[in-house]
Amino acid sequence: MTAPPSTRSVVATILAKDLRVELRTLQSVPSMVLFSTTIYVIFRFGLDRTRLDGALAAGVLLVTILFAALLAINRLFVAEREQGGFEAIRLAPVDGTALFFAKAGALLVYLLALELVALPVFWLFFLDGGSGLLPLLPVLVLLDLALAVTGALISPIATNSTARDLIGPLILLPLLVPPMIAASAAGQRLLEAGGPSYDRYGTWLGVLGLYDLIFLLVGWAVFDYLIED
Amino acid sequence: MNLSLRALAIATAVLIGAGFALVFFHAPIDADQGFIQKIFYLHVPLAIVALIGFVVAAVHAIRHLRSGDPIHDARSYVSIHTSVIFGVAVLITGAIWAKASWGQWWVWDEPTLVSFLIVFLLYATYYPLRYAIPDRERQARYASVFAITAGAFVPLNFMAVRAAESLVHPRTFATADGGLPSEVWLVFLVCLAGIAALWWTLVRFELTAKRTSAQISRLRRALEGGAPSPGSGGVAARIAPGVAR
Amino acid sequence: MALATLAQTPAVPLDEAGQYVAGAYIVFVVLLVVYVGLMAAKLGRISRDLEELAVIAESKEHDSRQQTADSGTGREAAREPVA
Repeated sequence: MTAPPSTRSVVATILAKDLRVELRTLQSVPSMVLFSTTIYVIFRFGLDRTRLDGALAAGVLLVTILFAALLAINRLFVAEREQGGFEAIRLAPVDGTALFFAKAGALLVYLLALELVALPVFWLFFLDGGSGLLPLLPVLVLLDLALAVTGALISPIATNSTARDLIGPLILLPLLVPPMIAASAAGQRLLEAGGPSYDRYGTWLGVLGLYDLIFLLVGWAVFDYLIED
Repeated sequence: MNLSLRALAIATAVLIGAGFALVFFHAPIDADQGFIQKIFYLHVPLAIVALIGFVVAAVHAIRHLRSGDPIHDARSYVSIHTSVIFGVAVLITGAIWAKASWGQWWVWDEPTLVSFLIVFLLYATYYPLRYAIPDRERQARYASVFAITAGAFVPLNFMAVRAAESLVHPRTFATADGGLPSEVWLVFLVCLAGIAALWWTLVRFELTAKRTSAQISRLRRALEGGAPSPGSGGVAARIAPGVAR
Repeated sequence: MALATLAQTPAVPLDEAGQYVAGAYIVFVVLLVVYVGLMAAKLGRISRDLEELAVIAESKEHDSRQQTADSGTGREAAREPVA
């Protein structure tokens, strides 16, 4: 008899499976990209602006990413629910938390893929100079991690409830306020018209990092109870 | 501490009575804000107690997940419920204070009040969450996960909002003279104790009511089921977030 | 000392500030009273349910005594006082 697989290898397996499925079915990422672009257009008209900088730029960009993330989060565990993935993890001699890390990882990849397109488009549509975008990347990565971890924690709750598509965002949005605050504060300074400002750059990264860490720990601690029968 | 409900209620009445009396007859008039400052003795204890209540709920939730005993879920639920009600009072009194002090019913450059609003919005989702999960046991489990997550979220939230805002909220715990005068501290502590006792009393009160309702369902089952031996201690009807013993 | 405390006692101010403070404390009291009212309603429901159950329990006991009385020789069934 072989020994039960290590958590790390289970995570890798599930993650690889999810990414492969996504590549084949293209369910999440293209929709997210399309969605973001359309939202940019809506913002252009809603705000009646063709150029953005500072707080407005950060706001438009981050809110767009947030809403695109909600799309992906809503469908993150649908396959597990419909095809018995939860039961499989329960029965297998592996740590259920592996599913949490795998799903968070998948979501992170989707968001990074989204930003690969959404950022240049944003630059094209709204920015005058792109010098703020490079230092913005660490902020975005940490924000994506926050979205991924929180999403992977709340998504099974939503998927297993009756008000599926409503409950997820309802619970997620207040939870995501702190990382959004930190990312916006950093973003608005980095996207200032006169060039990026690094005022308290470290603070915002710190807040984001702390949030990520705490929610990773919380998710690790409680996820097993979410997949129990 | 296993104080009887009556003792708690009496203690609450005494503390709140004494507290309010002190507020209006003993506390000095604030130099900056004048008479309006007296709202502080109501608003701040309510906020502190509500937040501690959320943390208490998280602790009960942890015990529920570890033991599976529904009594802890009931305690968690009622704690959150009571804290949310106190939260409503915090927001309303906060708005009144803001209107009186700065002329507007809501101001965004008040990190503590904004943080509290966010926390309140989060815990308000507790109810739709519970209603959206019909299976009792799962509902309780998910609610506990939520309570723990939200409990971890509270300090993070306050930190993030504070980092982002300039400090306009009257930081009454650190005035220019380096602290509150001792009479203010005394009155504040008495009010804090009174509001905390009130929270505890209301929680115990509601838990008792829930337990009683559950017992009644049990009785009803036994009587109408026509079973010759009443009061089967087995499966208890869980109409309320699991209480029956 | 009583006089000193009394001297500090603000006369009930009818100016603006007083109204806001009063408003805040009144909101608190109102919320509390609403809570008490709701709990009282719940208590009413509980006591009505208990009443119902008491009736059911008594009728069951009456039935079972009736059965034993009929199946036995004696005809006098014990009648407990109506509570």
